[in-house]
Amino acid sequence: MGSSLSTALEFRDVSYTIGGNLVLDKLNLRIAEGRTLVLLGRSGSGKTTALKMLNGLLFPTTGHVLVDQRATTDWDLIQLRRGIGYVIQEVGLFPHFTIGENVALVPRLKGWPQDRIAARVSELLDQVGLDPVQFLDRYPRQLSGGQRQRVGVARALAAEPKLLLFDEPFGALDPVTRVELQDQFLALRDRLRKTSIFVTHDVREALRLGTEIALLHRGRLEVLATPDQFVQSSGPEAQAFLATL
Amino acid sequence: MIPPYLLQEMAQSTGEHIVLVLVSMAIAAALGLPLGILLTRRAALRTPLLGFANVMQTIPSLALFGFLIPIPFIGGIGKRTAIVALVLYALLPILRNTLAGILGVDGAVRESAIAMGMTGRQLLWQVELPLAAPTILAGVRIATVTTIGTATIAAAIGAGGLGVFIFRGIASVDTAQILAGAIPAALLALLSDGGFSWIERRIAVS
Repeated sequence: MGSSLSTALEFRDVSYTIGGNLVLDKLNLRIAEGRTLVLLGRSGSGKTTALKMLNGLLFPTTGHVLVDQRATTDWDLIQLRRGIGYVIQEVGLFPHFTIGENVALVPRLKGWPQDRIAARVSELLDQVGLDPVQFLDRYPRQLSGGQRQRVGVARALAAEPKLLLFDEPFGALDPVTRVELQDQFLALRDRLRKTSIFVTHDVREALRLGTEIALLHRGRLEVLATPDQFVQSSGPEAQAFLATL
Repeated sequence: MIPPYLLQEMAQSTGEHIVLVLVSMAIAAALGLPLGILLTRRAALRTPLLGFANVMQTIPSLALFGFLIPIPFIGGIGKRTAIVALVLYALLPILRNTLAGILGVDGAVRESAIAMGMTGRQLLWQVELPLAAPTILAGVRIATVTTIGTATIAAAIGAGGLGVFIFRGIASVDTAQILAGAIPAALLALLSDGGFSWIERRIAVS
């Protein structure tokens, strides 16, 4: 897998219609391995829809979404999903599982041996800044919002996925915690170099975290640029977002 | 004081009553749980199935026992008919609470489970059923307590149980006989209600 330019993900002429609404309109997008693409847009711009097509929670009405050169419709969905980390704003930890059990979920589903899972869970909690001794046996309701989302990130990383999906993961956090978690995201990004897709409506977050930014507007791709290029964009939707800085 | 012959008869009737309730509840749970789960997967079946269970509940119990008598195979006089009727009554709370419990699982939790690569079976057994358990149990609790009461009426079609005393007491205007049926039935209901509340507290802790 030498070249960092090999295509890990691709949207090929992807449209998505639901209830007569065109949510995605002929989206074409390639994401190279190891990059962090931020999908930026307003509510209803189609960014979450695009994200959910990558792990087969949704499928294109027309066109194809390719993961590792293979259309998601041709994947065994269980296998596809177990190879993709997924973090959402509501976190979605299992309330009846301890923190340790939550992080261990995908390795357990994949049938890792018990001692390897235990070692991995401790390592991950450390990585996201939670002391394993203190947190392993707690339940999600005993944690703050920021701590819960750290566990959400640890859970997504647990089975060493090749791809990470983030759906406004820090949107519900207070500004200070949000910046802390963004810093941690950057540290993990630079260390792990995993292909990541990050959905947000916050242009500041997009500029900070992305290696590329894709601006979606009404289901269309308006701008695809590096953060440095993005701040020079002249299109009206890009201007509207830049005006919020 | 209660004469020994009456005490012995009460013990026997209580036993019959418990068997009647246990068998009915076992069948109602064996039907209601899988059907409730099916309803979470097939929204189109909800209206007809819940409607059927609802209608069953609205039929006065004495009338339902009467309706069943002439029906071949499941009807007739005796325990079998009573059990059919009791199952029909117990179905609605179990069905409705199973459906409500599973549909009440947080959408983000369900989406996470699917996105992490759980199979449908894993989602059901590891996420949906454990999280819905308190609601489902509440349904079984209501159904059990109601069935203990309704089962007294089953004596009218020869199914035995504590209702025998009550009907006999009414016919002979004998309050002692009525109480000999009503008090053990009430105690059974209270006891099972307490038992369920104990289990509910146990699973709420974990």
